[in-house]
Amino acid sequence: MEALLHQVLAGLATGGIYASLALALVMIYQATHLVNFAQGEMAMFCTYIAWSLVNAGVPYWGAFFLTVGIAFVLGVAIERIIIRPVQNGPVLGIVVVFIGLLVILYSIAGWIYTYTIKTFPSPFPSEALFGIRYMSPHQVGAIGVTLVVLVLLYAFFRFTPLGLAMRAAAQNPVSARLVGIRVGWMLALGWGLASAIGAIAGMMVAPIVYLDPGMMGGVLLYAFAAALLGGIENPWGAVAGGFIVGVAENVLGAFVIGNELKLAVALVLIIGVLLVKPSGIFGRVHVVRV
Amino acid sequence: MPLLEVRGLHASYGPTRVLHGVDFAMEPGSITTLLGANGAGKTTTLRALCAMVRTSGEIRFDGQPIGRRATEDIVRLGIAHVPDGRGTFANFSTEENLRLGAYTRKDRGQVEGDLERMYGYFPRLRERRLQQAGTLSGGEQQMLAVSRALMLRPRLLLLDEPSFGLAPLVVKELFGILRTINEREKVSMLLVEQNAAMALELADQAYLIETGRVVLSGTAQDIRGNDAVRRSYLGY
Amino acid sequence: MTRKNLVLLLVLLAVACVLPFLVTDYRTFQFTLVLIYAIALLGLNILTGYNGQISLGHGAFYAIGAYAAAILMDKFGVPYWLTIPAAGAVCLVAGFLFGLPALRLEGLYLALATFALGVTVPQLLKYHHVEQWTGGVQGIVIAKPEAPFGLPLSADQWLYYFTLAITVVMFLFGWNLLRGRVGRALVAIRDHHIAAEAMGINNALYKSLAFGVSAMYTGIAGALGAIAVQFVAPDSFNVFLSIVFLVGIVVGGLASISGAIYGALFIQFIPNFADEISKAAPWAIFGVLMIGFVYLMPTGVAGAIRMLRARWAARQTVSMKVKLKEETP
Repeated sequence: MEALLHQVLAGLATGGIYASLALALVMIYQATHLVNFAQGEMAMFCTYIAWSLVNAGVPYWGAFFLTVGIAFVLGVAIERIIIRPVQNGPVLGIVVVFIGLLVILYSIAGWIYTYTIKTFPSPFPSEALFGIRYMSPHQVGAIGVTLVVLVLLYAFFRFTPLGLAMRAAAQNPVSARLVGIRVGWMLALGWGLASAIGAIAGMMVAPIVYLDPGMMGGVLLYAFAAALLGGIENPWGAVAGGFIVGVAENVLGAFVIGNELKLAVALVLIIGVLLVKPSGIFGRVHVVRV
Repeated sequence: MPLLEVRGLHASYGPTRVLHGVDFAMEPGSITTLLGANGAGKTTTLRALCAMVRTSGEIRFDGQPIGRRATEDIVRLGIAHVPDGRGTFANFSTEENLRLGAYTRKDRGQVEGDLERMYGYFPRLRERRLQQAGTLSGGEQQMLAVSRALMLRPRLLLLDEPSFGLAPLVVKELFGILRTINEREKVSMLLVEQNAAMALELADQAYLIETGRVVLSGTAQDIRGNDAVRRSYLGY
Repeated sequence: MTRKNLVLLLVLLAVACVLPFLVTDYRTFQFTLVLIYAIALLGLNILTGYNGQISLGHGAFYAIGAYAAAILMDKFGVPYWLTIPAAGAVCLVAGFLFGLPALRLEGLYLALATFALGVTVPQLLKYHHVEQWTGGVQGIVIAKPEAPFGLPLSADQWLYYFTLAITVVMFLFGWNLLRGRVGRALVAIRDHHIAAEAMGINNALYKSLAFGVSAMYTGIAGALGAIAVQFVAPDSFNVFLSIVFLVGIVVGGLASISGAIYGALFIQFIPNFADEISKAAPWAIFGVLMIGFVYLMPTGVAGAIRMLRARWAARQTVSMKVKLKEETP
């Protein structure tokens, strides 16, 4: 029983990280109807930047926020320079560009930082927080950070005019233009935010899985599964999906199929959701006129 | 100086040319209507004014050429477009839709006052302030679309088939309010309509478009009174 | 096919036949790999180029073919040449089975599902419950076949001719398939699947068959690849292999048979070339080339060549017309 609780709680911690990345994926999907295959590598690359900063002597939280800022700029730049020219073209072209981006980031990270595993610091103290026994302080901290990010995002989108404009641009770009919203920049902003969220997810997961260029491969897959499970058009669904996937991965991995096939869980989930209910648990079905 | 001048306007959707040299002009404070059958190019003309289609030719607003500008910039010049199909943000509330209309305005303080004015013109919108816009009836959505455009405090209001799908009484009510707004707030209006009878009641000037060209123009009164024109071009 | 094209093809075939005697054994081996990749790329092109179903996981079928060959040879002593059709058959079925659920996935979603497949393959291959068959992390080593009947060929040369023969057969079969009714049906489904269905094409059947045939091609390539490289191991079949195949058809040219060959040449030789430019980040060059091709040459090398030939032909026609005009009084 204790073991189960332990796995569930650990699952919630990693689930929070999946939820963040899934949220980033959903944000971009909502605005563009595109799945950003390079989201994981973008997050990984920014985590390496954070590592460089920390190694250069910058205190953790300074490096953290600096990295978030850099990630934001990186996301905006990628959207404006690389994605915008092919956005309206055939799907295959867009997929190839995403994969190309994935490959470039992976390779450059490997080139600059080599492929040897590095440790990444956790900002949370090593003794148990608040006497919680079943979760490491980092796990508690990761959940905390996830929740803070989610609350801030919600507040931004719900209560600020810019957030409203971004939602409008994503929902109905034509009408958004007609009220004067610069839809192109809203898109870039969305990418910037998604990239920043991804970087936070990367920095939270790196202490657990250790930093190497392939770090986010599995995480990305779980995030895909989470986003699909919760409904690819639904941010809340993505968050819920993230936690569900995190717990499922840990529980199934520990008690049912063994740790080796954990990634297969993501595969089965992805294919399963796409076949049974493509709009996800919380998503709405779209009827497209022929 | 005319508020809006259009000369030799050509427009295409991809390789298909739809407008073949449209010419017309509008005086400030007037209500002008573009009439014509389905597919004549009326909607395309409005879209061309807002740079939503590829165009060539000359478009001048207040003497300034606007043909090369982006939609978002044209909006900031004071042209508000109520598109066909209304273009409401279906997932947002009525009030959020209205606030979005004021997105580009710098005078934040006045926005609240304008909201109240819109609710004054269209009381039913006040009742449905927090309701999701997609669940409003057709007539209410049309009112919302017009109000959203007016929240910009535009100099020129473009309306694309506002009577579409609405009961005649509702259209009468809407057009009455448009006339009031035009007189009280000096908002010029360019109205595209298939319902020629009602449009000619509201408008001062009329232009008839057929297959991408202006074939007839005159005051609404003249055209209304010209039986031959009415019967052969407007079908009544 | 025009007479000019037929002549070109025969010349190409002749060159291919004498190639091993003109270059070193190592180069012959590299060209064998080009042929193998060409088969794999033709397979992927049938699915993605002609039929519009995006697969980011074709490395999985390559792996299935490779492991089928390796297991048959290593555990059951099957002769190498028999493993080729066996791998093809296994992958035909596997592809068809995967194609059935894939029917419900469009565009980006299919890309996502196949991407997940491509990422998961190494883990599945390392699973300890099937270790006795797959050899676990270390994989399986196989012996290189020698030339039969005492022919005076080195092992590399023999393998080259063996592969060449299979390549010719596969390409002939593919060419015949694609220029006929089946090919037109596939393209119709790609371009407007609702209209295709309305015209009486059984979308479900054709799409699943496309998956099956495509997998068969790639599986055969995988088997040949295993024999050529002489071993199989899980980490050689990770998602980057699937990505390499995708790059191959985009660069070579979608919906083009010759594109498979250009693409194969690209993915065999460019990594070496990229390695020389930047010792440490060859994949980055690959990525830049990928993006570059989408922007600048979306129809791939085959498309560019087609365009050049058309322009040249047009110029010929014009100059002929001018000549005729001058000559006629």
